[in-house]
Amino acid sequence: MKKKLKIVMISGILIAIGWLSNLLNFDPLIFNTAMVAAAIVAGYQVAISAYNTLKMKVISINLLVTIAAVGAVIIGEYWEAAAVTFLFAFGSYLESRTVGKARDAIRDLMDLAPNLAAVIRDGEEKEIAAEEVEIEEVVIVRPGEKIPVDGTVIKGKSEVNQAAITGESIPVSKETGDEVFSGTINKNGYLEIKTERVGDDTTFGKIIELVEEAQEEKAPTQKLMERFSKYYTPGIILLALISYFISGSVRLSLTLLVIGCPGALVISTPISIVAGIGNGAKNGILIKGGEYLEKSGEIDMVAFDKTGTLSKGEAEVDQIITYNKDKAEVLRLAAAAEFNSEHHLARAIKKKAEKMLETEFNSPINFESQTGKGITAQIDGKEIMIGNSRLFNEQGIEIKPEIEEQKNILEEQGKTVVIVAENKQIIALISIADRPRENAYQIVEKLKQVGIKKVVMLTGDNKKIAESVASELKLDGYKAELLPEDKVKAVEEYQEEGYKVAMVGDGINDTPSLVTADIGIAMGAAGTDAAIDTADITLMADNLNKLPYAIGLSKAANRNIKQNVVFAVLIVFALLAGVLGQKVFLASGMLVHELSVLIVIFNAMRLLRYDIA
Amino acid sequence: MKKIKLYLEELSCPDCANKVEKVLSKTEGVTEADVHYTTSKANVKYDPAKINPDGLKKAVAKTGYQVEKTK
Repeated sequence: MKKKLKIVMISGILIAIGWLSNLLNFDPLIFNTAMVAAAIVAGYQVAISAYNTLKMKVISINLLVTIAAVGAVIIGEYWEAAAVTFLFAFGSYLESRTVGKARDAIRDLMDLAPNLAAVIRDGEEKEIAAEEVEIEEVVIVRPGEKIPVDGTVIKGKSEVNQAAITGESIPVSKETGDEVFSGTINKNGYLEIKTERVGDDTTFGKIIELVEEAQEEKAPTQKLMERFSKYYTPGIILLALISYFISGSVRLSLTLLVIGCPGALVISTPISIVAGIGNGAKNGILIKGGEYLEKSGEIDMVAFDKTGTLSKGEAEVDQIITYNKDKAEVLRLAAAAEFNSEHHLARAIKKKAEKMLETEFNSPINFESQTGKGITAQIDGKEIMIGNSRLFNEQGIEIKPEIEEQKNILEEQGKTVVIVAENKQIIALISIADRPRENAYQIVEKLKQVGIKKVVMLTGDNKKIAESVASELKLDGYKAELLPEDKVKAVEEYQEEGYKVAMVGDGINDTPSLVTADIGIAMGAAGTDAAIDTADITLMADNLNKLPYAIGLSKAANRNIKQNVVFAVLIVFALLAGVLGQKVFLASGMLVHELSVLIVIFNAMRLLRYDIA
Repeated sequence: MKKIKLYLEELSCPDCANKVEKVLSKTEGVTEADVHYTTSKANVKYDPAKINPDGLKKAVAKTGYQVEKTK
């Protein structure tokens, strides 16, 4: 880098000396010598590299520039030779500096990775490399230190800044039993953490790997540009030869070589993508690649899976209405039956049972789960059935009118109600509430601001809940009581209507619809690799704040790519026309070429500063 | 068939990435080479019977770039 700058400076000084001597009417020999010297200084490395690659039968832009410069000297255009090589060296210096800045966005992120971890070994506290911590080993993290591994807090209490993972800098409180992530910062308390994942396996390690891979994923536009330049360069060389035979003008042919590499065109897309993905990564938004960045720039509809997105997904048991049964007994049976279920309603029931009963449960026998309906299991020799009316209708179990009525009242209030039966006798209703997130309404508004035409909700919940949430959040529509495969169908229907749909889910039980949608967005994905793997865009934080940002950023990136491509294509044709029309010569051709590359890079760099209004 | 990631010193132009890619692709034992300007990284698939990582490094060195680390 420094060497490059030196070369540019020396060559520049030589050119200045040349022009000065010309101005003072000194012998033209001084002018010519200075210019040739400048060309040699700036072009030496270029020529060496051109020679090396030519040996391997590769034609590089360095070769074209070398031929142009040498050719210019031979025909006595010393100034042109100096200008071409100087501009080329200066341009590539500026280019690598600015691209370096875009790369730094990612490097900065990598620098957040923790290096050291404090562990107890042989009864002594020792500092070791973070990736050498063993699974299950306990690490000690003091206030102000970076958490070196993924794991669970086993002792202590503190506030943790998880910005490295989620992009949210508001500290989150952590205590015994809570999950913590490598790369996050322990603010004010002492923590002991049992290690679960280290190094590349941590969520942070995954993010880095993903961001790296994402930048290498070629967007469709990029592929098109590369294909174009593949033919363009040899085409121009051929044209240079033909034009020499027709016009006999060496200068024209040499100029053609200078513009033979459409630099701005080749770099137009990838540089915008790097900047866009870099910006996203800093804000806890992982975009899987340029293709998705381009695609999500075209999104005009957002479909939410309700649970875990519009709502917190932390459903809580609200009421237990029993029929000739003790409340605690109902809860015990329900929690035991749900022991193996990871459904959010099951989690709520188990959580409540843990709090109220303080007993431990074992795996039930004959556990059976029917997606979208409910479960059955055997507890203490009794058949326990928990689910919605669909399950009960299917099983032919009658729901008495008074029970039905109570159920309706609860559902009108926007709660989910599950029915519990023992040996096919209904013993209780458990209502579970999962309120919309506080900021959900603003998020819907913001989505409209960034250009989303329609915001809808697809949910497995019943119509009443869906209706109450949809009207509260002023959604443009909803579809309720959907099984996972129905959500897929719903997405397909919207697509047939001509919408480009982004599906937002928690990435766990809505995988099929995330895959079907034009863009699948998983949120709250810190710690869940499955979600990161399936989604095209992942919001690490468990809140909606970054969703409008992610879509706004994609749209900005998409515009940026288009601007760059249009500009670069125009430059290619303008240069070609200028050269063939004998208006552009070696020096000016190189100047325009290098300027256009820089303009494209600078335009892309604006994406690094993108922030939602 | 083995896969390796070569982290190169910062590539200074998109054409340099092309150059490294072409050179690697033409190297005996390399079945696939993918070089990225924006990350200065080469993803290479190679036949370990014909070439080893050191050989790959040497091939890259011919283009004037050094491999900083491999993974």
